[in-house]
Amino acid sequence: MTSDDVPFLPRGVRTQFDAVRKADVILGPERVLVLDQVGKAVIGRLDGVASVAEIAVDLAQVYDAPLDVIAPDVTAFIEDLRDRGMVHVRPR
Amino acid sequence: MSVRVDPPMAMLAELTHRCPLACPYCSNPTDLLARDAELSTESWADVFRQAADLGVLQLHLSGGEPASRRDLEELVIAARDAGLYTNLITSGIGLTEKRLRALDDAGLDHVQLSLQGVTAEMADRIGGYTGGFDRKMHVAEIIADIGFPLTLNAVMHRENLDDLPQTIDMARRLGARRIEVACVQFQGWALVNRAALQPSRAQVDQAKATVARAIETLKGRLVIDFVPPDYYSDFPKACMNGWGSTGLNVTPDGTVLPCHAAETIPHLQFDKVPEHALAEIWYTSAAFNAYRGTDWMPALCQSCTRRDVDFGGCRCQAMAVLGDAAAPDPVCRKSPGRAALDALLTQEVQQVTAPDFVYRR
Repeated sequence: MTSDDVPFLPRGVRTQFDAVRKADVILGPERVLVLDQVGKAVIGRLDGVASVAEIAVDLAQVYDAPLDVIAPDVTAFIEDLRDRGMVHVRPR
Repeated sequence: MSVRVDPPMAMLAELTHRCPLACPYCSNPTDLLARDAELSTESWADVFRQAADLGVLQLHLSGGEPASRRDLEELVIAARDAGLYTNLITSGIGLTEKRLRALDDAGLDHVQLSLQGVTAEMADRIGGYTGGFDRKMHVAEIIADIGFPLTLNAVMHRENLDDLPQTIDMARRLGARRIEVACVQFQGWALVNRAALQPSRAQVDQAKATVARAIETLKGRLVIDFVPPDYYSDFPKACMNGWGSTGLNVTPDGTVLPCHAAETIPHLQFDKVPEHALAEIWYTSAAFNAYRGTDWMPALCQSCTRRDVDFGGCRCQAMAVLGDAAAPDPVCRKSPGRAALDALLTQEVQQVTAPDFVYRR
């Protein structure tokens, strides 16, 4: 995966609010993840248009945090979800 | 000490025990339920709603063969209406293009297709159903055409474990996103056929190496989940992630179980839906509380550093091998029961010719 790749949620992966646990969750084949604030912010930006790099820039601005701190975390989070089959990426 | 009980995450709904296949490792009990014992469409829909209210997020529609239920499409609609992530666990037999498209319209999230072997000869012999493999391959094409996310569930044992590389190739070829390399666990019919199904240590070592390599080379393209043959492990599996902790299982007649084999523990009594509410069964029934938490554990498990890693292992395995459901899982190297398991392994694997299968019928 490169920072120019465009991540997206493939068919069969979706998010919903879990009213019992009062949390946002992401659901996929045999996988459930409870999302924290950061996870929710990243997942909410997987629109199939923005690249990994652009998502990091956006989050750095919104949370007023240094890009060189945010970018590696965003990349690692997306890559981890990709390895679990929850996120797919395509080259730009 | 009181045990904190969290809501369940997943529910396995065994819609029916009916199945055109007769796999000798079927996880269904050896006493199969007949069609007239099955819950109605309305009762299942009610159970799905109760499950969602209780906190279940993932629903696995299983069997038997769930496509043997003519109301499968209606059940998927009910499950999605309840807000559940809905996964169909199927052999593919009984699914036509028309039915698959109807399941797509109904909102089915994911399909898990079982695989008995990579050739028609092997698959049809294991499934006990001539022509089954060709039909399955046809169904897999339709699944890919519709675009359902697909997991291939390859059940592996003595007869087909050496075909693991070809099995992983097949997952790629069929467009699966995920493969479950599920080595047979010895419960239900598999327990009856253990000597015929138990792989050798050499086979297991080879399989582990194959899986480790494939996970690296296919990263980002195929998710590989490996369920090892646990008789060869040093420590027990974290069965069900702990009894009554995350998942539950509903049998065709509405009996609610902590796992699919729990009925093999003779002193436990299991309540049924809809007579009892699912939440009541989950939180307060004696069966679900029998092995919850750590109070039930023998001293060996209580004092073990792995107490909260594997939760003492599998209660049904302790029952099956040692006749005591409260004993440490005999897989555990620290367990006095390990000697009994080793004796079984030696005795059964050394048979040069495996005994004939007892087919599930």
